[in-house]
Amino acid sequence: MNGGQDLGGMQGFGPIAPEPNEPRFHAPWEKRVFGLAMAMGATGTWNLDASRAARESLPPGEYLTSSYYAIWLKALERQVKAHGLATADELATGTVSAPAAPVKRVLEGTEVAPLFARGFPSDRPVAAPARFAVGERVRALTINPPGHTRLPRYVRGRPGLVEAVHGGFIFPDTNARLAGEAPQWLYTVRFSGRDLWGEAAEPGHTVSVNAFESYLEPIP
Amino acid sequence: MPHDHHDEHHDDHPHPHGSELSPMDLRVRALESVLVEKGYVDPAALDALIETYETKVGPHNGARVVARAWVDPGFRERLLADATPAMREIGVGGRGGEHMVVAANTPDEHNLVVCTLCSCYPWPVLGLPPVWYKSPPYRARAVIEPRAVLAEFGVALPEATRIRVWDSTAELRYMVLPMRPAGTEGLDEAALAALVTRDSMIGTGLPRAPGASS
Repeated sequence: MNGGQDLGGMQGFGPIAPEPNEPRFHAPWEKRVFGLAMAMGATGTWNLDASRAARESLPPGEYLTSSYYAIWLKALERQVKAHGLATADELATGTVSAPAAPVKRVLEGTEVAPLFARGFPSDRPVAAPARFAVGERVRALTINPPGHTRLPRYVRGRPGLVEAVHGGFIFPDTNARLAGEAPQWLYTVRFSGRDLWGEAAEPGHTVSVNAFESYLEPIP
Repeated sequence: MPHDHHDEHHDDHPHPHGSELSPMDLRVRALESVLVEKGYVDPAALDALIETYETKVGPHNGARVVARAWVDPGFRERLLADATPAMREIGVGGRGGEHMVVAANTPDEHNLVVCTLCSCYPWPVLGLPPVWYKSPPYRARAVIEPRAVLAEFGVALPEATRIRVWDSTAELRYMVLPMRPAGTEGLDEAALAALVTRDSMIGTGLPRAPGASS
Protein backbone atom coordinates (compact mmCIF):
# COMPACT_ATOMS: atom_id res chain seq x y z
CA MET A 1 0.00 0.00 0.00
CA ASN A 2 1.06 3.56 -0.55
CA GLY A 3 1.51 4.09 3.16
CA GLY A 4 3.78 6.02 5.43
CA GLN A 5 6.40 3.28 5.23
CA ASP A 6 7.22 3.85 1.55
CA LEU A 7 9.76 6.60 2.12
CA GLY A 8 12.28 6.38 -0.71
CA GLY A 9 12.76 9.81 -2.29
CA MET A 10 10.57 11.76 0.12
CA GLN A 11 11.88 15.19 1.03
CA GLY A 12 11.68 17.48 3.99
CA PHE A 13 12.66 15.20 6.88
CA GLY A 14 15.84 17.16 7.52
CA PRO A 15 19.26 15.87 8.45
CA ILE A 16 20.02 12.31 9.47
CA ALA A 17 20.61 12.29 13.19
CA PRO A 18 22.88 9.53 14.51
CA GLU A 19 23.00 9.26 18.28
CA PRO A 20 26.50 8.84 19.77
CA ASN A 21 26.90 5.62 21.76
CA GLU A 22 23.30 4.72 21.05
CA PRO A 23 21.93 1.98 23.31
CA ARG A 24 20.25 -1.05 21.73
CA PHE A 25 17.00 -0.05 23.41
CA HIS A 26 15.93 3.35 24.67
CA ALA A 27 13.50 2.29 27.37
CA PRO A 28 12.63 -0.90 29.22
CA TRP A 29 9.39 -1.26 27.27
CA GLU A 30 11.21 -1.28 23.93
CA LYS A 31 13.06 -4.48 24.68
CA ARG A 32 9.89 -6.13 25.95
CA VAL A 33 8.08 -5.19 22.71
CA PHE A 34 10.96 -6.55 20.67
CA GLY A 35 10.90 -9.86 22.53
CA LEU A 36 7.11 -10.11 22.48
CA ALA A 37 6.96 -9.49 18.73
CA MET A 38 9.57 -12.19 18.12
CA ALA A 39 7.91 -14.66 20.47
CA MET A 40 4.42 -14.04 19.07
CA GLY A 41 5.76 -14.37 15.54
CA ALA A 42 7.04 -17.81 16.53
CA THR A 43 3.50 -18.95 17.42
CA GLY A 44 2.81 -19.21 13.69
CA THR A 45 -0.44 -17.26 13.99
CA TRP A 46 0.89 -14.82 11.40
CA ASN A 47 4.17 -14.31 9.55
CA LEU A 48 6.82 -11.65 9.04
CA ASP A 49 5.08 -10.18 6.00
CA ALA A 50 1.82 -9.90 7.92
CA SER A 51 3.64 -8.08 10.70
CA ARG A 52 5.15 -5.63 8.21
CA ALA A 53 1.70 -5.12 6.73
CA ALA A 54 0.25 -4.43 10.18
CA ARG A 55 2.95 -1.83 10.88
CA GLU A 56 2.61 -0.02 7.59
CA SER A 57 -1.16 0.08 7.70
CA LEU A 58 -1.00 2.60 10.53
CA PRO A 59 -2.26 5.92 9.14
CA PRO A 60 0.73 7.75 7.58
CA GLY A 61 0.62 10.61 10.06
CA GLU A 62 0.75 8.20 12.96
CA TYR A 63 3.42 6.02 11.33
CA LEU A 64 5.70 8.98 10.75
CA THR A 65 5.38 10.38 14.26
CA SER A 66 5.69 7.10 16.15
CA SER A 67 9.04 5.74 17.27
CA TYR A 68 10.19 2.45 15.76
CA TYR A 69 9.18 0.19 18.63
CA ALA A 70 5.96 2.15 19.18
CA ILE A 71 5.05 1.12 15.63
CA TRP A 72 5.87 -2.48 16.53
CA LEU A 73 3.73 -2.25 19.66
CA LYS A 74 0.70 -0.79 17.91
CA ALA A 75 0.92 -3.41 15.18
CA LEU A 76 1.32 -6.25 17.67
CA GLU A 77 -1.70 -5.11 19.66
CA ARG A 78 -3.74 -4.97 16.45
CA GLN A 79 -2.62 -8.45 15.43
CA VAL A 80 -3.32 -9.97 18.81
CA LYS A 81 -6.84 -8.53 18.79
CA ALA A 82 -7.53 -9.34 15.13
CA HIS A 83 -6.62 -13.00 15.65
CA GLY A 84 -8.74 -13.31 18.77
CA LEU A 85 -5.78 -13.95 21.06
CA ALA A 86 -6.72 -11.15 23.44
CA THR A 87 -9.44 -8.55 23.76
CA ALA A 88 -9.09 -4.79 23.82
CA ASP A 89 -10.27 -4.87 27.40
CA GLU A 90 -7.58 -7.34 28.38
CA LEU A 91 -4.89 -5.18 26.77
CA ALA A 92 -6.23 -2.12 28.53
CA THR A 93 -6.31 -3.73 31.97
CA GLY A 94 -3.54 -6.33 31.76
CA THR A 95 -6.00 -8.79 33.27
CA VAL A 96 -7.13 -11.92 31.49
CA SER A 97 -10.91 -12.12 31.16
CA ALA A 98 -11.40 -14.36 28.13
CA PRO A 99 -10.21 -17.89 27.45
CA ALA A 100 -6.97 -18.38 25.53
CA ALA A 101 -7.23 -19.26 21.86
CA PRO A 102 -5.12 -22.14 20.56
CA VAL A 103 -1.84 -21.25 18.83
CA LYS A 104 0.22 -23.58 16.62
CA ARG A 105 3.27 -23.55 18.85
CA VAL A 106 4.86 -21.76 21.75
CA LEU A 107 8.53 -20.82 21.57
CA GLU A 108 10.38 -22.19 24.59
CA GLY A 109 13.36 -20.54 26.19
CA THR A 110 15.73 -23.34 25.26
CA GLU A 111 14.71 -23.12 21.60
CA VAL A 112 15.68 -19.49 21.12
CA ALA A 113 19.43 -19.92 20.68
CA PRO A 114 19.34 -22.82 18.17
CA LEU A 115 16.35 -21.51 16.18
CA PHE A 116 17.59 -17.96 15.85
CA ALA A 117 21.15 -19.03 15.09
CA ARG A 118 19.78 -21.11 12.24
CA GLY A 119 17.35 -18.48 11.04
CA PHE A 120 14.15 -18.76 9.05
CA PRO A 121 14.99 -19.01 5.35
CA SER A 122 12.39 -17.71 2.91
CA ASP A 123 13.67 -19.27 -0.31
CA ARG A 124 11.28 -21.79 -1.83
CA PRO A 125 11.36 -23.89 -5.00
CA VAL A 126 9.54 -22.54 -8.04
CA ALA A 127 8.62 -25.02 -10.77
CA ALA A 128 8.46 -22.63 -13.70
CA PRO A 129 11.65 -21.32 -15.29
CA ALA A 130 12.68 -17.72 -14.61
CA ARG A 131 11.05 -15.28 -17.01
CA PHE A 132 13.96 -12.84 -17.06
CA ALA A 133 17.70 -13.27 -17.44
CA VAL A 134 20.68 -11.29 -16.22
CA GLY A 135 21.31 -8.35 -18.53
CA GLU A 136 17.70 -8.06 -19.67
CA ARG A 137 15.94 -4.69 -19.65
CA VAL A 138 12.71 -4.68 -17.65
CA ARG A 139 10.22 -2.17 -16.41
CA ALA A 140 8.73 -2.11 -12.91
CA LEU A 141 4.97 -2.18 -13.25
CA THR A 142 2.84 0.79 -12.42
CA ILE A 143 0.76 -0.74 -9.67
CA ASN A 144 -0.84 0.55 -6.50
CA PRO A 145 -1.97 -2.49 -4.52
CA PRO A 146 -4.16 -1.63 -1.54
CA GLY A 147 -2.47 -4.37 0.50
CA HIS A 148 1.13 -5.20 1.32
CA THR A 149 3.68 -4.98 -1.46
CA ARG A 150 7.46 -4.68 -1.62
CA LEU A 151 7.72 -2.71 -4.83
CA PRO A 152 8.57 0.81 -3.70
CA ARG A 153 6.76 3.69 -5.38
CA TYR A 154 9.93 5.36 -6.59
CA VAL A 155 10.72 2.54 -9.05
CA ARG A 156 7.21 1.95 -10.40
CA GLY A 157 7.02 2.55 -14.13
CA ARG A 158 10.81 2.94 -14.42
CA PRO A 159 13.14 0.95 -16.67
CA GLY A 160 15.95 -1.07 -15.14
CA LEU A 161 18.42 -3.83 -15.79
CA VAL A 162 18.23 -7.33 -14.34
CA GLU A 163 21.54 -7.88 -12.62
CA ALA A 164 20.89 -11.03 -10.59
CA VAL A 165 18.40 -13.90 -10.51
CA HIS A 166 18.13 -15.23 -6.96
CA GLY A 167 15.78 -18.20 -7.17
CA GLY A 168 12.33 -18.62 -5.68
CA PHE A 169 11.22 -16.73 -2.58
CA ILE A 170 8.01 -16.38 -0.61
CA PHE A 171 5.84 -13.72 -2.26
CA PRO A 172 5.13 -11.11 0.44
CA ASP A 173 1.98 -9.73 -1.18
CA THR A 174 0.04 -12.98 -0.70
CA ASN A 175 1.86 -14.19 2.39
CA ALA A 176 1.03 -10.97 4.26
CA ARG A 177 -2.68 -11.68 4.01
CA LEU A 178 -2.13 -15.33 4.97
CA ALA A 179 -3.15 -16.35 1.45
CA GLY A 180 -0.16 -18.60 0.83
CA GLU A 181 3.55 -18.35 0.20
CA ALA A 182 3.03 -18.49 -3.59
CA PRO A 183 6.79 -18.33 -4.24
CA GLN A 184 8.09 -16.40 -7.22
CA TRP A 185 11.43 -15.74 -8.82
CA LEU A 186 13.25 -12.89 -7.17
CA TYR A 187 15.58 -10.56 -9.07
CA THR A 188 17.90 -7.70 -8.41
CA VAL A 189 16.98 -4.86 -10.75
CA ARG A 190 19.26 -1.87 -11.09
CA PHE A 191 17.95 1.58 -11.98
CA SER A 192 19.96 4.62 -12.97
CA GLY A 193 19.62 7.70 -10.81
CA ARG A 194 18.58 9.63 -13.88
CA ASP A 195 15.74 7.21 -14.71
CA LEU A 196 14.47 7.47 -11.16
CA TRP A 197 14.96 11.13 -10.38
CA GLY A 198 15.38 12.97 -13.66
CA GLU A 199 17.98 15.32 -15.05
CA ALA A 200 18.95 16.73 -11.67
CA ALA A 201 19.93 13.34 -10.26
CA GLU A 202 23.38 13.10 -8.70
CA PRO A 203 25.73 11.84 -11.40
CA GLY A 204 26.99 8.26 -11.39
CA HIS A 205 24.55 6.73 -8.98
CA THR A 206 22.33 3.70 -9.34
CA VAL A 207 19.79 2.06 -7.08
CA SER A 208 19.23 -1.69 -6.99
CA VAL A 209 16.10 -3.23 -5.54
CA ASN A 210 14.97 -6.80 -5.12
CA ALA A 211 11.88 -7.31 -7.25
CA PHE A 212 9.57 -10.27 -7.58
CA GLU A 213 8.78 -11.54 -11.05
CA SER A 214 5.19 -10.31 -11.04
CA TYR A 215 6.42 -6.77 -10.36
CA LEU A 216 8.21 -6.67 -13.71
CA GLU A 217 7.48 -6.62 -17.42
CA PRO A 218 9.85 -7.02 -20.34
CA ILE A 219 10.92 -3.99 -22.36
CA PRO A 220 10.54 -4.98 -26.00
CA MET B 1 9.56 14.71 13.36
CA PRO B 2 10.42 11.03 13.20
CA HIS B 3 10.39 10.28 16.91
CA ASP B 4 7.82 10.81 19.55
CA HIS B 5 9.43 12.43 22.51
CA HIS B 6 6.35 12.75 24.65
CA ASP B 7 5.39 9.47 26.14
CA GLU B 8 7.71 6.97 24.53
CA HIS B 9 11.20 8.21 25.12
CA HIS B 10 12.18 7.54 28.66
CA ASP B 11 15.51 6.91 30.27
CA ASP B 12 16.55 3.42 31.16
CA HIS B 13 16.93 3.90 34.90
CA PRO B 14 14.75 1.74 37.09
CA HIS B 15 12.07 3.66 38.86
CA PRO B 16 11.71 3.04 42.58
CA HIS B 17 7.93 2.89 42.49
CA GLY B 18 5.63 1.17 40.06
CA SER B 19 3.53 4.29 39.87
CA GLU B 20 6.40 6.07 38.12
CA LEU B 21 6.41 3.75 35.14
CA SER B 22 5.80 5.61 31.90
CA PRO B 23 2.50 5.14 30.08
CA MET B 24 4.31 3.10 27.46
CA ASP B 25 5.90 0.85 30.10
CA LEU B 26 2.47 0.27 31.62
CA ARG B 27 0.89 -0.44 28.26
CA VAL B 28 3.55 -2.97 27.33
CA ARG B 29 3.47 -4.54 30.77
CA ALA B 30 -0.28 -5.13 30.32
CA LEU B 31 0.30 -6.73 26.92
CA GLU B 32 3.07 -8.94 28.25
CA SER B 33 1.01 -10.04 31.26
CA VAL B 34 -1.87 -11.10 29.08
CA LEU B 35 0.24 -12.91 26.47
CA VAL B 36 2.20 -14.78 29.13
CA GLU B 37 -0.81 -15.65 31.27
CA LYS B 38 -2.68 -16.97 28.23
CA GLY B 39 0.24 -19.24 27.50
CA TYR B 40 1.31 -17.77 24.14
CA VAL B 41 4.66 -16.52 25.40
CA ASP B 42 7.14 -18.40 27.57
CA PRO B 43 8.82 -15.82 29.84
CA ALA B 44 12.09 -17.74 29.48
CA ALA B 45 11.91 -17.33 25.70
CA LEU B 46 11.27 -13.61 26.10
CA ASP B 47 14.31 -13.25 28.33
CA ALA B 48 16.45 -15.32 25.97
CA LEU B 49 15.40 -13.23 22.96
CA ILE B 50 16.16 -9.96 24.67
CA GLU B 51 19.46 -11.16 26.04
CA THR B 52 20.55 -12.53 22.67
CA TYR B 53 19.91 -9.31 20.79
CA GLU B 54 20.98 -6.97 23.57
CA THR B 55 24.30 -8.60 24.38
CA LYS B 56 25.36 -11.27 21.88
CA VAL B 57 24.49 -10.21 18.36
CA GLY B 58 26.36 -7.11 17.30
CA PRO B 59 28.71 -5.51 14.78
CA HIS B 60 31.71 -7.38 16.17
CA ASN B 61 30.45 -10.34 14.14
CA GLY B 62 30.44 -8.41 10.89
CA ALA B 63 33.86 -6.99 11.73
CA ARG B 64 35.21 -10.54 11.90
CA VAL B 65 33.80 -11.24 8.45
CA VAL B 66 35.40 -8.11 7.00
CA ALA B 67 38.78 -8.72 8.63
CA ARG B 68 38.84 -12.31 7.39
CA ALA B 69 38.07 -11.11 3.86
CA TRP B 70 40.95 -8.63 4.09
CA VAL B 71 43.51 -11.28 5.03
CA ASP B 72 42.22 -14.34 3.17
CA PRO B 73 41.69 -13.93 -0.60
CA GLY B 74 39.98 -17.32 -0.88
CA PHE B 75 37.46 -16.34 1.80
CA ARG B 76 36.90 -13.01 0.09
CA GLU B 77 36.14 -14.78 -3.17
CA ARG B 78 33.68 -17.16 -1.53
CA LEU B 79 32.08 -14.28 0.40
CA LEU B 80 31.44 -12.24 -2.73
CA ALA B 81 30.22 -15.28 -4.68
CA ASP B 82 27.82 -16.65 -2.03
CA ALA B 83 27.98 -14.83 1.26
CA THR B 84 25.69 -16.95 3.45
CA PRO B 85 27.77 -20.17 3.48
CA ALA B 86 31.02 -18.20 3.57
CA MET B 87 29.92 -16.42 6.75
CA ARG B 88 28.85 -19.74 8.25
CA GLU B 89 32.47 -20.88 7.95
CA ILE B 90 33.29 -18.51 10.79
CA GLY B 91 30.05 -19.00 12.68
CA VAL B 92 28.17 -15.91 11.55
CA GLY B 93 24.54 -16.20 10.46
CA GLY B 94 20.97 -16.63 11.64
CA ARG B 95 17.75 -14.64 11.95
CA GLY B 96 17.82 -11.60 9.69
CA GLY B 97 20.78 -12.90 7.72
CA GLU B 98 19.42 -16.04 6.09
CA HIS B 99 20.21 -14.78 2.58
CA MET B 100 23.28 -12.57 2.63
CA VAL B 101 24.78 -10.58 -0.22
CA VAL B 102 28.11 -8.78 0.17
CA ALA B 103 29.06 -5.85 -2.06
CA ALA B 104 32.72 -4.86 -2.16
CA ASN B 105 33.82 -1.25 -2.29
CA THR B 106 36.52 -0.44 -4.83
CA PRO B 107 38.25 2.80 -5.80
CA ASP B 108 35.69 3.10 -8.62
CA GLU B 109 32.54 2.09 -6.78
CA HIS B 110 31.11 2.76 -3.32
CA ASN B 111 28.16 0.77 -1.95
CA LEU B 112 25.42 2.05 0.35
CA VAL B 113 22.72 -0.10 1.96
CA VAL B 114 19.27 1.10 2.98
CA CYS B 115 15.80 -0.30 3.58
CA THR B 116 13.39 2.36 2.38
CA LEU B 117 10.30 0.30 3.27
CA CYS B 118 11.13 -0.71 6.84
CA SER B 119 14.24 -1.88 8.66
CA CYS B 120 15.83 -4.73 6.72
CA TYR B 121 19.45 -4.73 7.80
CA PRO B 122 21.50 -7.88 8.47
CA TRP B 123 21.19 -8.59 12.18
CA PRO B 124 23.85 -11.32 12.41
CA VAL B 125 26.58 -8.99 11.16
CA LEU B 126 25.39 -5.59 12.45
CA GLY B 127 23.21 -6.39 15.42
CA LEU B 128 19.87 -4.64 15.76
CA PRO B 129 20.03 -1.48 13.67
CA PRO B 130 20.28 1.91 15.38
CA VAL B 131 17.27 4.22 15.26
CA TRP B 132 18.67 6.37 12.47
CA TYR B 133 18.98 3.49 9.98
CA LYS B 134 15.22 3.00 10.44
CA SER B 135 14.15 6.63 10.59
CA PRO B 136 12.57 8.63 7.77
CA PRO B 137 15.53 10.92 6.94
CA TYR B 138 17.92 8.11 6.06
CA ARG B 139 15.31 5.90 4.42
CA ALA B 140 14.02 8.80 2.32
CA ARG B 141 17.33 10.33 1.27
CA ALA B 142 19.71 7.41 0.71
CA VAL B 143 18.12 6.55 -2.64
CA ILE B 144 17.67 10.06 -4.04
CA GLU B 145 20.79 11.88 -2.84
CA PRO B 146 23.31 9.29 -1.66
CA ARG B 147 26.29 11.55 -2.31
CA ALA B 148 24.82 14.29 -0.15
CA VAL B 149 24.09 11.75 2.58
CA LEU B 150 27.66 10.49 2.47
CA ALA B 151 29.04 14.02 2.57
CA GLU B 152 26.96 14.65 5.68
CA PHE B 153 28.79 11.73 7.28
CA GLY B 154 32.15 13.10 6.25
CA VAL B 155 32.60 10.55 3.48
CA ALA B 156 33.80 12.64 0.54
CA LEU B 157 34.18 10.43 -2.49
CA PRO B 158 36.00 11.42 -5.66
CA GLU B 159 33.62 12.75 -8.32
CA ALA B 160 34.47 9.75 -10.51
CA THR B 161 33.53 7.17 -7.88
CA ARG B 162 30.16 5.65 -8.73
CA ILE B 163 27.68 5.08 -5.94
CA ARG B 164 25.63 1.90 -5.84
CA VAL B 165 22.67 2.01 -3.50
CA TRP B 166 21.09 -1.27 -2.43
CA ASP B 167 17.48 -1.02 -1.23
CA SER B 168 16.66 -4.19 0.75
CA THR B 169 13.13 -4.74 -0.51
CA ALA B 170 12.98 -8.53 0.00
CA GLU B 171 14.61 -11.07 2.34
CA LEU B 172 18.12 -10.66 0.95
CA ARG B 173 20.31 -8.77 3.40
CA TYR B 174 23.19 -6.63 2.21
CA MET B 175 26.54 -5.95 3.78
CA VAL B 176 29.26 -3.71 2.39
CA LEU B 177 32.83 -4.98 2.34
CA PRO B 178 34.83 -1.78 2.86
CA MET B 179 38.30 -1.32 1.44
CA ARG B 180 41.15 -2.20 3.74
CA PRO B 181 42.67 1.02 5.09
CA ALA B 182 46.17 1.98 4.07
CA GLY B 183 48.93 1.41 6.58
CA THR B 184 47.48 -1.81 7.98
CA GLU B 185 49.95 -4.24 6.40
CA GLY B 186 51.39 -5.36 9.72
CA LEU B 187 48.12 -5.83 11.56
CA ASP B 188 46.69 -9.23 12.42
CA GLU B 189 43.08 -10.22 11.90
CA ALA B 190 41.91 -9.17 15.37
CA ALA B 191 43.54 -5.76 15.06
CA LEU B 192 41.98 -5.32 11.64
CA ALA B 193 38.53 -6.26 12.97
CA ALA B 194 38.88 -3.48 15.55
CA LEU B 195 39.06 -0.96 12.69
CA VAL B 196 35.73 -2.06 11.19
CA THR B 197 32.80 0.09 12.24
CA ARG B 198 29.15 -0.84 11.99
CA ASP B 199 28.48 2.05 9.65
CA SER B 200 31.31 1.03 7.32
CA MET B 201 29.39 -2.20 6.74
CA ILE B 202 26.38 -0.34 5.32
CA GLY B 203 28.56 2.19 3.54
CA THR B 204 27.70 5.34 5.48
CA GLY B 205 31.19 5.34 6.94
CA LEU B 206 34.69 4.07 6.32
CA PRO B 207 36.83 1.87 8.57
CA ARG B 208 38.99 3.64 11.12
CA ALA B 209 42.55 4.47 10.23
CA PRO B 210 45.12 2.47 12.18
CA GLY B 211 46.14 4.31 15.31
CA ALA B 212 42.95 6.39 15.40
CA SER B 213 41.06 6.20 18.66
CA SER B 214 37.94 4.11 18.68
